Amino acid sequence: MMSRLLSLRDSREAASRGARRPTWWQLLMPSGRSLVTAIPYGWLLLFFLVPFLFVLQISFSEVEIASPPYRALLTRAEDVLNIALNIGNYSYIFGDPLYFDAYLSSLYMALVTTLICLVIGYPIAYTIARAPEAKRNTLLMLVMLPFWTSFLVRVYAWMGILDNEGLLNKACIALGLIDTPMPLMHTQLSVQIVMVYAYLPFMILPLFSNLVKLDGRLLEAAADLGCRPWETFLKVTLPLSKNGVIAGSMLVFIPAVGEFVIPELVGTPESLMIGKVLWMEFFDNNNWPMAASVTIVMLALLILPIIYQHKREEKALARAAQR
Amino acid sequence: MNGKNISWFGRVSLGLGFAFLYVPILILIVYSFNASKLVTVLAGFSTQWYSVLFNDDAVISSFGLSLKIALLSSTMSVVLGTIAGLVLARFGPFRGKGLFAGMISAPMVMPEVIVGLSMLLLFVELQQWFGFPAERGVLTIWVGHVTLCMAYVTVVIRSRLVEMDRSIEEAAMDLGVRPLKIFFLITLPIIAPAIASSFLLAFTLSIDDLVITAFLSGPGSTTLPQLIFSRVRLGLNPEINALATITVLVVATLVVGANRVMVKAEQRRTRLAVAT
Repeated sequence: MMSRLLSLRDSREAASRGARRPTWWQLLMPSGRSLVTAIPYGWLLLFFLVPFLFVLQISFSEVEIASPPYRALLTRAEDVLNIALNIGNYSYIFGDPLYFDAYLSSLYMALVTTLICLVIGYPIAYTIARAPEAKRNTLLMLVMLPFWTSFLVRVYAWMGILDNEGLLNKACIALGLIDTPMPLMHTQLSVQIVMVYAYLPFMILPLFSNLVKLDGRLLEAAADLGCRPWETFLKVTLPLSKNGVIAGSMLVFIPAVGEFVIPELVGTPESLMIGKVLWMEFFDNNNWPMAASVTIVMLALLILPIIYQHKREEKALARAAQR
Repeated sequence: MNGKNISWFGRVSLGLGFAFLYVPILILIVYSFNASKLVTVLAGFSTQWYSVLFNDDAVISSFGLSLKIALLSSTMSVVLGTIAGLVLARFGPFRGKGLFAGMISAPMVMPEVIVGLSMLLLFVELQQWFGFPAERGVLTIWVGHVTLCMAYVTVVIRSRLVEMDRSIEEAAMDLGVRPLKIFFLITLPIIAPAIASSFLLAFTLSIDDLVITAFLSGPGSTTLPQLIFSRVRLGLNPEINALATITVLVVATLVVGANRVMVKAEQRRTRLAVAT
């Protein structure tokens, strides 16, 4: 009896050390940990990953006047299973200049937005990071406050300013800068301004959290060695803040490519951004297969930046965990 | 360099930056008290748009729906996000961890039109196969919001857990306390402030969301952002200015209040650290 108990204990210890392969029932009975992991894992698999398979499937489908408005890929007639892969949507996307232009102008708008956010955001983030600690918290809160207020409200605020009879035109006329109102609303410029406005906090925050860790002694050393302030900036500060610059740029660029609300409310009807094209195909034309194809192409464009951004973040977290 | 004062360059860039961020919001507030129906003409002080707003049944009912969805989805996303943060920060490597971490962080950057459309197509297919969910509405919007918000919650909780001092947890483990008990008695109270702030973040994300909601909502479930969007599409509207003003004031009060509480707590912690 005693020896059996002892051997049982030994085998348990061996199993916990991983020396012995687990028995079949140990494999079948999930441990507490895997049960806990399964809850959020299952949720994301079902509601985030699996949906993309359906998007892919429907992108190879055809429009049909039915509910839902697309034809099934697999049909069975008598004893024949038919698979109909319709690549018409994709050839349409790559053949029609409307789609190509929409993708191009979305990438262009997102890129310009990112650059302007960087130019405006960097000095702000730098100043807050170098500010006395007592003020830092308040300044950061002032940057974050607009982010917490509604996105729609922030876009709407610019509609009154950029309107052709709006405040900016009135102010310019009152100052004698122009005689007749400039066409501001529903132009590329209005989209650009509002996009910078909406995405600026996403640039400032990662830049700040990077710059705040910058060792002030390095800047003093550079100054002692005869570096002028702008030289110090170019040779010390900027290279050291590379990670913050990349993180902020990704957080602005990726969502900006698919932006819908801003081009819809302040943009031109002619030049379309791809987020708006997707929306129109889906809601106005009721062409779900086309909307799905547009999504797949957009995803193909963005998947690499998304993975890159994710890998960098994981690395940063691993570094933080080591410290 | 790392001095007590902010340089002139810093002052100018902060001044311009904050002007850029706040002048549009201030103008919005000023015009909400405008007597004229034209939003571009200032014509004396009036609070009429607020009374119009409070008597607008569509606004009131859509606000009620938004509030309900935001409360439900932020609660669920805090539960799921806390578990996910714990899994990523504490469970060590496991098979499929990379995919898990990727699925957590992707919804934060992915354009919302993509997330909205793909989730809608899932629900349509599910309905084809199982007849459930029978129609789009609160349930489908809730699932969409939870998926979006739990990403943010996970990031907040995970980074808090990573930087947290683990010595108390380890001491309890050495004393033979079971992991579940350690979580509820030690870890949870320590990360409680992070949980509270991630709840607020999830709440604001949910109550503000337009694009995912538009794909996942059905007839009869119009949320406040959807209502605002449909009205703003038609042009400027002083009633929306009034609504926006209220939103801004409520959010500002909450954020400033939360910030003060956090600053006070920080000061208390510093004083304790100095005293010991």
